[in-house]
Amino acid sequence: MEIKVVQNILSANDQIAAMNRQLLDSHKVFALNLMSSPGSGKTSLILQTIRRLKDRIRIGVIEGDIASHLDADKVNKEGVAAVQINTGGSCHLDANMLSHALENLPLTDIDLLLIENVGNLVCPAEFNLGEHKKVMILSLPEGDDKPYKYPLMFAEADVVLINKVDLSPLLEFNIEVFCQAVRGINHDVTIFPISCKTGDGIDDWVSWLLAEMVH
Amino acid sequence: MHELAITQHMLDIALEQARLAQAKRVSKINLVIGEMSSIVDDCVQFYFDFLSQDTIASGAILAFRRIPTQLRCRNCASIFTPGDSDWACPACHQWNVEIIAGREFYIDSIEVE
Repeated sequence: MEIKVVQNILSANDQIAAMNRQLLDSHKVFALNLMSSPGSGKTSLILQTIRRLKDRIRIGVIEGDIASHLDADKVNKEGVAAVQINTGGSCHLDANMLSHALENLPLTDIDLLLIENVGNLVCPAEFNLGEHKKVMILSLPEGDDKPYKYPLMFAEADVVLINKVDLSPLLEFNIEVFCQAVRGINHDVTIFPISCKTGDGIDDWVSWLLAEMVH
Repeated sequence: MHELAITQHMLDIALEQARLAQAKRVSKINLVIGEMSSIVDDCVQFYFDFLSQDTIASGAILAFRRIPTQLRCRNCASIFTPGDSDWACPACHQWNVEIIAGREFYIDSIEVE
């Protein structure tokens, strides 16, 4: 006997993501899911954002990594509450992992929650966490052809940050070609070239962030 | 490790549906997976064989129906299947598309006894 099911395999994840979103909204927390390859600058972006905004808004951080507490330690040094999730081998965060991490954060004392996903351009794109916006970072050394290789990630992102633009003179990364490729598969995306090292473009990023939080 | 979590979700759904139907055995699970989903069929089967041990879905066949990626050109509204790394519209050559198929990821049906 055949039983018609037609149920999304990730429906359980999506249900938990919806509950996470409700919890965040009830505490007026604006949450960003930061996704990128390893080493493209997620933690550096978090540290830059904290330094620019910690006197104006209350920030919380969730660090997702396969192993180690290195990133949470860096964030704690900035005087910001951070919870580390070790996924124990899993290549992405899922909504269930986030719901447990949220239990360990003082949500009533947080305006902005930065969630650093596991460094990976593939799997994180498929798992909603309950975040308000998906932000992806692509750094210049990775090459301007990545939208063709990882289209789902670029199609999912609300914001694409092009990091390490200070390396531009050394590399053959064509920012214009890259932006064209991203916009070709994601009509409504917002793109900011930045450098977490020199601080270039961080003002634009922070302005966008504050404007979105008001919405 | 992606496939492990996904396979567990899939097995949970199949077992729940089988329980509701008071089935004794799940013999087949028909999956619909878009080409854009980063799922490796063999890998899912491998995990499924492991996870379904001692359940009524043990030994079930997984049938994968792959849905090709389809794009709609925002410029001229043509619908096309993209080449390997070429998402430009074959009609007007613009690169400005929306994804209309290829992201499917669901259990279509299960076959039970």
